[in-house]
Amino acid sequence: MSVTDEIYQDLILHHSRRPRHYGPLPDATHAAAGDNPLCGDRYEVRLRLDEKSIIRDAAFEGSGCAISKASASLMLDTVIGLSRDEFEELFRTFHALVSGETPSPEAVAQLGKLAALSGIWKYPARVKCAILCWHAVHSALAGQAHASSEEEFASNSL
Amino acid sequence: MNQDKTADEKPGGGYDPGGVRRQFAILGRNLAWLDNAATTQRPEGVLRAMDEFYRKHNANPRRSVHQLGTEATAAFEGARARVAEFIGAESPQEVVFTAGTTAAINLVTDGLARWDIGPGDEVWVSAVEHHSNWVPWQQAARRMGATLKVIPLTPEGRLNLDEFETGLQAHRTKWVAVAWVSNVLGVANDVQAVCRAAHAAGAQVLVDAAQAVAHLPVNVQALDCDFLAFSGHKMYGPMGSGVLWGKRALLEQVEPTVFGGEMIARVDEATSTWAEVPYRFEGGTPHVAGAVGLATAIDWLSEFPPEAHVYVADLARRAEEELAALPGVRVWGPRAERLSLVSFSVEGVHPHDVAQVLDSRGVEIRAGHLCAQPLMRRLGVESVARASFFPGNTVDDVRRLVEGVRAAQELFT
Ligand SMILES: Cc1ncc(COP(=O)(O)O)c(C=O)c1O
Repeated sequence: MSVTDEIYQDLILHHSRRPRHYGPLPDATHAAAGDNPLCGDRYEVRLRLDEKSIIRDAAFEGSGCAISKASASLMLDTVIGLSRDEFEELFRTFHALVSGETPSPEAVAQLGKLAALSGIWKYPARVKCAILCWHAVHSALAGQAHASSEEEFASNSL
Repeated sequence: MNQDKTADEKPGGGYDPGGVRRQFAILGRNLAWLDNAATTQRPEGVLRAMDEFYRKHNANPRRSVHQLGTEATAAFEGARARVAEFIGAESPQEVVFTAGTTAAINLVTDGLARWDIGPGDEVWVSAVEHHSNWVPWQQAARRMGATLKVIPLTPEGRLNLDEFETGLQAHRTKWVAVAWVSNVLGVANDVQAVCRAAHAAGAQVLVDAAQAVAHLPVNVQALDCDFLAFSGHKMYGPMGSGVLWGKRALLEQVEPTVFGGEMIARVDEATSTWAEVPYRFEGGTPHVAGAVGLATAIDWLSEFPPEAHVYVADLARRAEEELAALPGVRVWGPRAERLSLVSFSVEGVHPHDVAQVLDSRGVEIRAGHLCAQPLMRRLGVESVARASFFPGNTVDDVRRLVEGVRAAQELFT
């Protein structure tokens, strides 16, 4: 397997070149920034929740690598329409997948196209990139303004 | 590639990297190790010397009367003398063993109590400093209420010493902290001029020599700096070894901040007095094998012929020229002056993706902010990619680097 099979699949390259949900979200109700201290990358994630706390719209902005950008693009595509609990469950599944665990086939099916990032577990330094905007959405939903992928260091035995 | 004209020119006047390369078993994986500025690899001799210390002479230095203790003390103090000679110190007593550059700098910034620094006073760093020569001064200045000032860059990327000299304030500027060689821009700064100007204003100068020691002859008297810090692991020695050198009279002014065994003259219940310099700065059992490995690395690197350094600079220049010739690639820092490294950006491709593609081809470079975020902001980027060389790298390593960058461009753009 080469790096293009494992992490830089066409789908990932496509979303990194033309990320979806990229830009401002003027009527956002929740927002958080995500920092990757390894490279200085920073994203802003913005969400609009309805009165039932369902994510109705989402957008992200900032600078980063192909993996963080593609992951954010695919993730926001998937999470629009989810409740907070559903997001957290998806996050757990995604986290397990990119950490090299094997979540149940049903759980993986929920991830849809995000499964394209499954090979990243072989590159522990890049797991932080894949998960950066997820942390930001998690923080935004929790009412925190800031997330850092540095937390990944503690759980990742590099 | 043999048709390539530049590749046929022999860099470094016919110097052959093969002899050096063979001493690094780790390079046998057909790795192009181009991350020497982050850490070099260690030659067999250094590994053997450390192993031998543990196998044959292991004991705590300076506190045991037994035979092994005597041998460990001799090994440790012998290493100190070797370091002193290597950097042209007046005496081994001016050499403090530390865990590395970062620890050495913090030793100084934590121990400034006897310097009368407060509001209205200034501490300078340069725009190119590594976080380890920036944050300790930033925090010390904040603690003492002093102002942190920054030596700016010229448009070409050199230290703007004119602005520095005009900005210096006699008796107000207390300290200047400056890298001899930037780990991002890769060119030597005129630290002698910095020292001259700083001393004229009555300030002390600490030189971060982390990126210099493997590539430039070091003589602290000729530099006329006050303190000098470097790490063993960037000069073929072990991780966890490093040095703070200071002028004896100034080291006497630094307060010890790591208290415990080894660093005392006498302890009473309520008070203590300190051992002599440098021992008062080496509380606890030191990294003797580290010091031994460092001294062995010094012996090893001192045997490079002068052509080896010319060769490394040639590799860096070749990489610079070939990268800069690629459309969309920008090379950072003054052109054609680099000692051993080149930092670059590839339009439309994040440095980590460049590094990942190169890694998949066995070419190991560094990508990120390189622990120089203030400099990154001045350059207008978040991060860069960097290739850095040593005398065991080859022209083929440069070729693989440039081809890998082209492959990354093709993949992502
Ligand atoms: C210029 C410079 N200063 C300081 C350091 C810090 O060295 P260490 O991590 O060994 O303390 C480095 C290493 O990256 C460096 O390049």
